[in-house]
Amino acid sequence: MMFKTKRDDEEEEQHQGQESDNEEGGNTDREIEMEGPEAEDAEMEEETVWSIQELSCSKICSGSEDRVSRSFKVAVVGSGPGGFYTAHRILKQVPQSSIDMYEALPVPHGLVRFGVAPDHPEVKNVINTFDEVAENPNFRFIGNTSVGTFVTPGSKKADLEVADLAQHYDAILLAYGAHEDRVLGVPNEKSLRGVMAARSFVGFYNGLPSEQDLDVDLSKTDTAVVIGQGNVALDVARILLTPLEDLKKTDLTEKMIKILEKSTVKHVHVIGRRGPLEVAFTSKELREMLQLPGTTFHMDRNLLASEMERAGKSLDRPRKRLMGLLEKGIKESKPNQPKSWSLQFLRSPLEFSGDGKDGTLKAIKLGINRLEGEDNNRRAAATGAKEELECGLAFRSIGYKSVGIQGVPFDSRKGIVPNVDGKVIDENSNIVPGLYASGWLKRGPIGVIASTMADAYQTADTIISDWTRGEPMLDSLSSGGAPVLDILRSKGHKVVSYQDWKKIEQKEFEMGTRLGKPREKFVSVDEMLKAID
Amino acid sequence: MPRPAPGQGIKVNFITREGETVTVEANEGESLLDVARANDLDVEGACEASLACSTCHLILDDDSFSKLEEPSDEENDMLDLAFGLSDTSRLGCQVLMTKELAGLTAKIPSATRNMYVDGAKPKHH
Ligand SMILES: Cc1cc2nc3c(=O)[nH]c(=O)nc-3n(C[C@H](O)[C@H](O)[C@H](O)COP(=O)(O)OP(=O)(O)OC[C@H]3O[C@@H](n4cnc5c(N)ncnc54)[C@H](O)[C@@H]3O)c2cc1C
Ligand code: FES
Repeated sequence: MMFKTKRDDEEEEQHQGQESDNEEGGNTDREIEMEGPEAEDAEMEEETVWSIQELSCSKICSGSEDRVSRSFKVAVVGSGPGGFYTAHRILKQVPQSSIDMYEALPVPHGLVRFGVAPDHPEVKNVINTFDEVAENPNFRFIGNTSVGTFVTPGSKKADLEVADLAQHYDAILLAYGAHEDRVLGVPNEKSLRGVMAARSFVGFYNGLPSEQDLDVDLSKTDTAVVIGQGNVALDVARILLTPLEDLKKTDLTEKMIKILEKSTVKHVHVIGRRGPLEVAFTSKELREMLQLPGTTFHMDRNLLASEMERAGKSLDRPRKRLMGLLEKGIKESKPNQPKSWSLQFLRSPLEFSGDGKDGTLKAIKLGINRLEGEDNNRRAAATGAKEELECGLAFRSIGYKSVGIQGVPFDSRKGIVPNVDGKVIDENSNIVPGLYASGWLKRGPIGVIASTMADAYQTADTIISDWTRGEPMLDSLSSGGAPVLDILRSKGHKVVSYQDWKKIEQKEFEMGTRLGKPREKFVSVDEMLKAID
Repeated sequence: MPRPAPGQGIKVNFITREGETVTVEANEGESLLDVARANDLDVEGACEASLACSTCHLILDDDSFSKLEEPSDEENDMLDLAFGLSDTSRLGCQVLMTKELAGLTAKIPSATRNMYVDGAKPKHH
């Protein structure tokens, strides 16, 4: 890819030390470990269809002269931070821009609503900026409307395809995030009760409609295992171990609170295939774990000491602080508390085994690893030794994963829409005019909202630069999304506006007040739509 | 908070991403984030001063940095995630202005560079 190398070097520098388990050179936290087998799966995903490029070819040489006077029409697909921050910047810098934001769900904000933990309300303050963006008269939210059928076989047909939008806008920004989760690819992962994706569990307790049928029973075991050592893994562990009285004050769904009331889970093991230096979680989340009341913390003190000695002075500040926090955690941990959690290293799951009768998880077989390779790129190699860990629940937390949609290039190996600073390119590194990407879809499913924001601004700059420099875009002669909305409505499709969303939200606040919590979420699309009328 | 009358506030210098130095005035007790926002400087503050985002990251001059009390653990946790962390980095929402800090200089760290915008040559004229 032509611009790629230089940019990667630059970023490498910026993120040094925050780098962790992502083999592709990702940056910080929100992601964890990617094991081998699924990488091969990814290669076999369906080929991309290049319709956007074909569509726009006839137009790309047509006038960009009129851009000074006419409005700049942008369609955004996805309403998470990636979509909202890009829209924010474009609206601010190009006064004649008008933005239509399409969102598959009736409710906006993506993982800020459905990912960020309920006990992190301060993180959700970003929504205030999104609300401000939505108040701009040149912004329109088009909720309950999906764009682009996923290429994975069996996917439900989307309400619109990217090609439907291409006729009506100058630019299309893809910011639809990471739709799936990575799998371990080991026996019984999908078949046993009690084994589930952290993504599904997080979606369940945050009220994501598509995860509400998840089979969550926390009352059959005292031990849960989380596989992966990123912040999502710690979110899951924390929700399992936090005193219920504290969680009741958050917007955790009532459905989840009922389940937690019956929970018998006392011990949570958080497992990683490499060592303490390679963990992907960050100090804030670790500190919260170490402050859990009535909870003993266990980890291998000798391994930490030897790893720290080995790294010596090469540790940068964030990593040094993180290791210091672990040391302190071990030293100050109170033994024999009613609950406990542990960090276990150098372990790779080989197999889940269950009770033959009811197909419920009973234990995980773990392969024991040692570390090999260069200091900054250490790999887990199997020693051949194995052990078994008894548990009744296992959450795989080894990463989210984006999926390609019809009509748009997709790099299934990296799991992103291939792009140069947000500008989408095809497999031959040719620019696809008018198509852009931001958020997790652009960079991979890693990074906190702050990095997604920085990234979104970078994409916005790319878009603005193309517009002002007269670079080829879709240059649609249509006046924007009105015809698209007409077609949707004529099909009886219900479109949700931001005002509609505010009505839904108001009802959520009201239900919350009655329950003594900030909000009680609607957990089904039907309920959300009903709340509007 | 109303802006201080000209000449009445505490002087603060910001170095913008473009490298320009802008001198503004702060009220006592205001955070550097508030001061930056009140003067339309490009400092984000995504979590609204609740120590949950690091987008208000600023790099202070050595002298002012050493006048301040040590950042809290929670502030350091967030700083660890900041782009371009340096030895005199602070979160703008946590630094409150006092008279002793008059003349403080805060650099707004540069964002991720955009090689595409910087490097691409316009093809059409
Ligand atoms: C469990 C978890 C906890 C996290 N906690 C924190 C935290 O505490 N602090 C922090 O800073 N960061 C946190 N993050 C990271 C943060 O959530 C991400 O950086 C950010 O949300 C990524 O934004 P995005 O816009 O790329 O994707 P998303 O937020 O996922 O937004 C994508 C949006 O696109 C929509 N969509 C999907 N497909 C379509 C389609 N076909 N058509 C239309 N719309 C579509 C989705 O419904 C969604 O609304 C967390 C992430 C996770 C997973
Ligand atoms: S505004 Fe978020 S940490 Fe300062």
